[in-house]
Amino acid sequence: MTCAMKLVAATAAFVCAGAAFAQKGETVKMVRIDAQTGLLGPVGVSQLKGFQFFAEKFSGTGNPAGVKFEVTGIDNKLSPTESLNALKAAIDQGVRYIIQGNGSSVALALSDAVTKHNERNPGKEVIYLNDSAVDPDLTNSKCSYWHFRFDADTSMKMEAMSSFMKDQPDIKKVYILGQNYSHGVQVAKYAKETLARKRPDIQIVGEDLHPLAQTRDFAPYIAKIKASGADTVITGNWGSDLSLLVKAANEGGYTGKFFTYYAGVTGTPTALGTNGAGRVYQIAYNHYNMGGQMSKWMTEFKAKYNDDFYTGSTIRIFETLGAAMAKAKSTDPVKVAAALEGIKVTSFNGEVEIRKADHQLQQPLYMTVWDKASAKYPYSPENTGMTLVPLKEYPNYVSSTPTSCQMKRPA
Amino acid sequence: MEFFIISMLNGLSYGLLLFMLSSGLTLIFSMMGVLNFAHASFYMLGAYVGYTISTFTGFWPALVLAPLVVGAMGALFERVCLRRVHKFGHVAELLITFGLAYVVLELVQLIWGRIALEFKPPESLRGPVFTLINHSTNGLSLLLGAVPPEMCSAADATIRVVCSPFPATRGFMMLVALVMLASVWLLLTHTRIGLVIQAALIHPDMVEALGHNVPRVFMMVFGAGTALAALAGVIGGSIFLTEPSMAATVGSVIFVVVVVGGMGSLSGAFLASLLIGVIQTFAVAFDYSLATLAQQTGLPLSAGVLNNTYIKLTLSQVAPILPYLFLVLILIFRPKGLLGKREG
Repeated sequence: MTCAMKLVAATAAFVCAGAAFAQKGETVKMVRIDAQTGLLGPVGVSQLKGFQFFAEKFSGTGNPAGVKFEVTGIDNKLSPTESLNALKAAIDQGVRYIIQGNGSSVALALSDAVTKHNERNPGKEVIYLNDSAVDPDLTNSKCSYWHFRFDADTSMKMEAMSSFMKDQPDIKKVYILGQNYSHGVQVAKYAKETLARKRPDIQIVGEDLHPLAQTRDFAPYIAKIKASGADTVITGNWGSDLSLLVKAANEGGYTGKFFTYYAGVTGTPTALGTNGAGRVYQIAYNHYNMGGQMSKWMTEFKAKYNDDFYTGSTIRIFETLGAAMAKAKSTDPVKVAAALEGIKVTSFNGEVEIRKADHQLQQPLYMTVWDKASAKYPYSPENTGMTLVPLKEYPNYVSSTPTSCQMKRPA
Repeated sequence: MEFFIISMLNGLSYGLLLFMLSSGLTLIFSMMGVLNFAHASFYMLGAYVGYTISTFTGFWPALVLAPLVVGAMGALFERVCLRRVHKFGHVAELLITFGLAYVVLELVQLIWGRIALEFKPPESLRGPVFTLINHSTNGLSLLLGAVPPEMCSAADATIRVVCSPFPATRGFMMLVALVMLASVWLLLTHTRIGLVIQAALIHPDMVEALGHNVPRVFMMVFGAGTALAALAGVIGGSIFLTEPSMAATVGSVIFVVVVVGGMGSLSGAFLASLLIGVIQTFAVAFDYSLATLAQQTGLPLSAGVLNNTYIKLTLSQVAPILPYLFLVLILIFRPKGLLGKREG
């Protein structure tokens, strides 16, 4: 009798478990639409490797839902038009999870296209996971129910950056240089706004936008920055636009500070070399020396690909997606999108939350500075002997910014 | 003042790089009447071949060998392809070089990959060639080489000292371009080969009757032109970036140089490339827009107009389109170019 009872209980438990994990063992196909060629190609190529590396790590028992993640890439040449073709190709292959990050210009086009596609094709919905595009519009005036952002947007980064600059009395004259597209324009706008609020005495001595991923010679800009007398440059530049800028600054003898978003991204560490020590800052949601599991992963990644992993949002995407799929008990994008809203997971540096109102991940930010690698902060990108040394951590509430998003949720 | 000098040197060095590129193009055009659309592709090939050779032999041998290799490729292309379509006229020649540009681009991406290579200038060119020191009391001074950092800062906070090093890479670029200009000019005007080339241009039948192999002269000219582009490629690739879109970005600008300077005029190309280099560099420096112009001339504008995106566009923002604007203006007002001669 007791034996039979046990058997019944075990069967019931098994059935329950079976029902609870209907999605278990399913394969979630994901496509990353991003630049793999051109001047900014190296960044996209490195990030795709990161996605494939962590898809493997988080598959099966690596996530609470027990699904298998599979990531492939399509080259969009950093063009919104090419990205829409890539989106169509991915959807035709039955892919329901799209990842993109580089270029807010691309992100705005993709977010819009995904929203329209989902309206017109019920039952074939697609979720857009944005790992790096930081234009605040994506979670404000142009927010979409199907778009989830895992980086911190420009308004959040500037909030943290200006909080740091507030306590730096030697910053008196600031020059803002950016790429001429939505991202560069937003960086300039929020830099001026937050500095006017927190350090009204700082003088903005110049402001410039240059073409995205086309400028090879930054010497004229450096000459102009020097002539303006600026002691600090704020730039949202990334990839070659930052590494060539820094190279020109080193050659042109500019000794001011740089406040950047992406000093740790492919190519820039090499350009910085030892010249940038102590005067190139980065504001980001992670850094090279997070410690714990993250450091082990980074070492493993470096051993496997001889490349540096810096896009921590990759990990957050798999963490939240796994949790949401377990919660929704499905891999159906409609159910997963609903489960992703407001989800909280414990990530590599504490709890993060996808804010329900605008689908912006709420997370701590770090101010770091380029300096010599040491026993305490050993990780050295691109074998430069240098690293980004953490100076200050800004918890979620400091960088959290209000949203004007009027989310249209499906009925 | 140091801003003006450094900007001028930046502009001149960029202009001289453009000249190295366009001199080959204009040479080929003036000698053979072929507008070589693939010229910038040979520039790119020069950078890539130079990179590969430099991994074996170092930079300096690569600087000599890469132009020779690419020049040989150019000569081979002339011999095998261009000469055959020559009899079908200029359109066929134009189209075959147009096609070649795409073939070269794809080949480069197949062989060297789609992302930028790390092609660095040699150690001896990494420092500054001289440093300008602007001292607020002692005035402007110039020192050769790098200066110790203590000379660039003053103990007294009221004294402002600004050091502006001028990179040796740029100095080297200017030197090579000037040597090239002088040698090409001497070759064309003061040697026997130059005389034959010039004669073959105007009276090919007569030159042939005198026993010269005119098709071979053309082949050599084409090879030499592409070798010059490759030389610019090795220098440009190592100073800026070696990557597959490097041909596309200079390709359009060198046509501007050739058209503005006057088709087939070497001195015109020289003048035009310097002009474009300097204009583009200085345009970046100025924040003037239509709005500031209106303010200075006292033209009252409403707040709405002042907030208009186009009115607010500054000269530094439109800097990238200035060469093309210049091209259009030249074609309208002086179609033969600055120093060109009218055909016929």
